[in-house]
Amino acid sequence: MYGLCDCNNFYASCERVFDPSLEGRPVIVLSNNDGCVIARSNEAKRLGIGMGEPYFKLSQTIRQHGVNVFSANFALYGDMSRRVMSLLSRIAPAIEVYSIDEAFLDLRGIDPKKLDRLGHTAADTVRRYTGIPVSIGIAPTKTLAKIASKLCKRYPKLDGCCYMYRQEDIEKVLRKYPIGDVWGVGARWERMLLRCGVATAWDFTQMPPEWVRRHMSLVGLRMWKELHAEACIDFENNHPAKKRIATTRSFDRPASTLDELHQRIAQYAAACAEKLRRQHGLCGEITVFIMTDRFKEGAPQCCRSRLVKLSVATSSTLEIVGHAVALLKSMFSSGFAYTRAGVILSDIRSDDASQQDLFDTADRTKHDRLMTAVDALNAGFGRHTVGIASEGREPFRMNRNHLSPKYTTDWEQIIRVKAH
Amino acid sequence: MKRDEDRLKIYRPQHDTDIELPMAESTVHAGFPSPADDFLEGSLDLDRLVVRHPEATFFARVEGDSMIGEGIAEGDILVVDKAVEAYDNCLAVAYVDGEFTLKRVRMLHDKILLVPANPRYPTIEIATGSDFAVWGVVRWIVKRV
Repeated sequence: MYGLCDCNNFYASCERVFDPSLEGRPVIVLSNNDGCVIARSNEAKRLGIGMGEPYFKLSQTIRQHGVNVFSANFALYGDMSRRVMSLLSRIAPAIEVYSIDEAFLDLRGIDPKKLDRLGHTAADTVRRYTGIPVSIGIAPTKTLAKIASKLCKRYPKLDGCCYMYRQEDIEKVLRKYPIGDVWGVGARWERMLLRCGVATAWDFTQMPPEWVRRHMSLVGLRMWKELHAEACIDFENNHPAKKRIATTRSFDRPASTLDELHQRIAQYAAACAEKLRRQHGLCGEITVFIMTDRFKEGAPQCCRSRLVKLSVATSSTLEIVGHAVALLKSMFSSGFAYTRAGVILSDIRSDDASQQDLFDTADRTKHDRLMTAVDALNAGFGRHTVGIASEGREPFRMNRNHLSPKYTTDWEQIIRVKAH
Repeated sequence: MKRDEDRLKIYRPQHDTDIELPMAESTVHAGFPSPADDFLEGSLDLDRLVVRHPEATFFARVEGDSMIGEGIAEGDILVVDKAVEAYDNCLAVAYVDGEFTLKRVRMLHDKILLVPANPRYPTIEIATGSDFAVWGVVRWIVKRV
């Protein structure tokens, strides 16, 4: 059996742990730079606030319903996530961290009669130790476990764990489960399936496998089998290294000159390079994009992105910034008010397998030593102590007007307890 | 050949204890090993002393003097463990009237009392059945002298 543990409205729940007055009240969390909504409490969902909705469009709803607004506090969320994952890994024989608020549990080899109890214990322990409510689904495959966990969220009576294993139970659930909510079904497949009359997960399981194979490739067939309780998505014990690393931001005020963009792109590229080195990776592709505000009607719109494939994979800030800035220059045009830009590293592999290139001109060992020193300085003396000149001296400040304290990662910001 | 005695016995390792072995640091070269190696026990780690449940432990800073009778003063750092269930007379962080407060918690049969350690402050009484909950139990206090 497989389990999936999903933290309920994770970011909002983190804020609630340290401010219990938020319990039962609508809470939303905004993306970097307070751009748009990235998390909502159930109360906020009920007000009709959508995922990804731009913040500036919500001012009336916020005022009218007293919605509590937070800027994303990733230092806090990251620490709380670490706590949750650490507890799960003690309870389950093995876990696979799937995202900041989700982990698969490998429950193979455990007596099936004990699983209901184990799931409830896990949910209860995480809740008590960290204050974060979770929904655990347990089922014969990962795909079904995801569905079980969703069910668990929908029915509070299940008390944190839904163990779904009997054929007739699974059928009952799948008959009501919208196909679009199945793990792996994106908007395109959903549209296609609905056109073919497949509305629920059950309808999908009734399609002949050859049809699935033809229209949805092996990936779709795997999904079909998983829904038939045949496990075919592997369990990854180790955190798979990220396949893409991105740093993207909305600006607090528009930028229209190359100079302004240049500095920002250099900063984002440097941030990406640091993340890349932290996971001991090398990247083979760099993408840069710049765009104007698509919500601003009447303003001239421009959205460009460009990718470069490197002949030798690298993790050097010098090289990555150099390529990113060159990409920017190659596609920049003036006359637009840019409001968002980003750098994305892809084709990432581990740094122990870089292939040598005959035409490689950079002195790699020297770069490596330099980068190790830069990372150490920045870790010891704070971000942006050392950087390369084109990053500029002052980082562009992100708008984070509703940031809660770093309760768990900064001695100056820990919880204050009144003794009066 | 006596089969039974030849047979390999397999013992399963026991995984549920949490003992760490001390490491001998000095590597063995030709020459004299350090006479202290046999006595090496690893250095003392304050974290291991005060943090029993790492995932459930949070730090908090005291503001005010209502617990001064117990020697707890402004600026002291509390080691709060959310995994520990509240018990009668525990020192705890509770959430009351929109703020975190530090008190001794008396759990009597018909009510809960939040008792300060300073005569200038009142005892707060909480009727059973109200949705009061202890946020975490204080296990240690870190104090600068």
